[in-house]
Amino acid sequence: MPKVIVTVMPKPSVLDPQGVATAKLMKQSGLAGVGRVRVGKSIEIEFESTPDAAKLEGVARDLLSNPVIEDFRIETLP
Amino acid sequence: MKVGVVRFPGSNCDQDCVVALSQFPGMSAEILWHKEDTVAGFDAIILPGGFSYGDYLRCGVSARFSPVMGAVKDFAAAGGPVLGVCNGFQILCESGLLPGALVRNRDLRFICEHTHLRVERTDTPFTRAASSGQILRIPIAHGEGCYFADNDTLRDLREHGQVLLRYSDERGYLSQETNPNGSRDNIAGICNRERNVFGLMPHPERACDPLLGSTDGRVIFQSLLS
Repeated sequence: MPKVIVTVMPKPSVLDPQGVATAKLMKQSGLAGVGRVRVGKSIEIEFESTPDAAKLEGVARDLLSNPVIEDFRIETLP
Repeated sequence: MKVGVVRFPGSNCDQDCVVALSQFPGMSAEILWHKEDTVAGFDAIILPGGFSYGDYLRCGVSARFSPVMGAVKDFAAAGGPVLGVCNGFQILCESGLLPGALVRNRDLRFICEHTHLRVERTDTPFTRAASSGQILRIPIAHGEGCYFADNDTLRDLREHGQVLLRYSDERGYLSQETNPNGSRDNIAGICNRERNVFGLMPHPERACDPLLGSTDGRVIFQSLLS
């Protein structure tokens, strides 16, 4: 069963308070060298057959992400 | 005037809107189930606040697949007034009826409090009963109400006078202290270029009865009527 992972990340220009808060917590945990942190989401999709690449990209762009605030990337696992 | 208040699964301010609107002589309001595929017979449409479809994936995104949204889009394209409050504003942005997006509040907290809003424009069906620069005290209640648009879109909004409400203090001054959620440009509400679609995060329907601490929200609905 082919599996696809769509990763959705806030655009660099969008305020990501969750990333800022997470960076702060990581620093408080004693991890050295923490810089900028961004928090996004990862969507795992199992397909019964190989998906149509153009349609998948359309869904990733217009539904799974919001192009105003987010970027996405698609990774197909064998 | 007959107003349709759309009820999506997860809407929770629909009944508040109906109660608030029913105070106005000459105005009646009816709930419109999201499975309806027509809005015929209504003079205005309200998309109320709440958590439509559980806010899964992103606030407001699922509503675009509701049959009623096709009818609302046609209604808006024909010039009909459409008002989106809170989750309704998020739905309007996700459906492409308004530019920009609503993201997590700057301080990551759900905020439920009264805010002061400065009326920026009165040349719309939603603000024409207000005076320019008037300060309205209307509550907000949201976790994702931080308005974001890129610089080009913001410039466009300003040039076309589409920013209708900004978070201010009680005298109308704007600052980051009076910006509860980190919205760009202190934006609390915008309209489309045609001026018949209006989205705002504050809840005017919760500010229509003296028992609730403010009646400043009335001016929005009064505008629709006048």
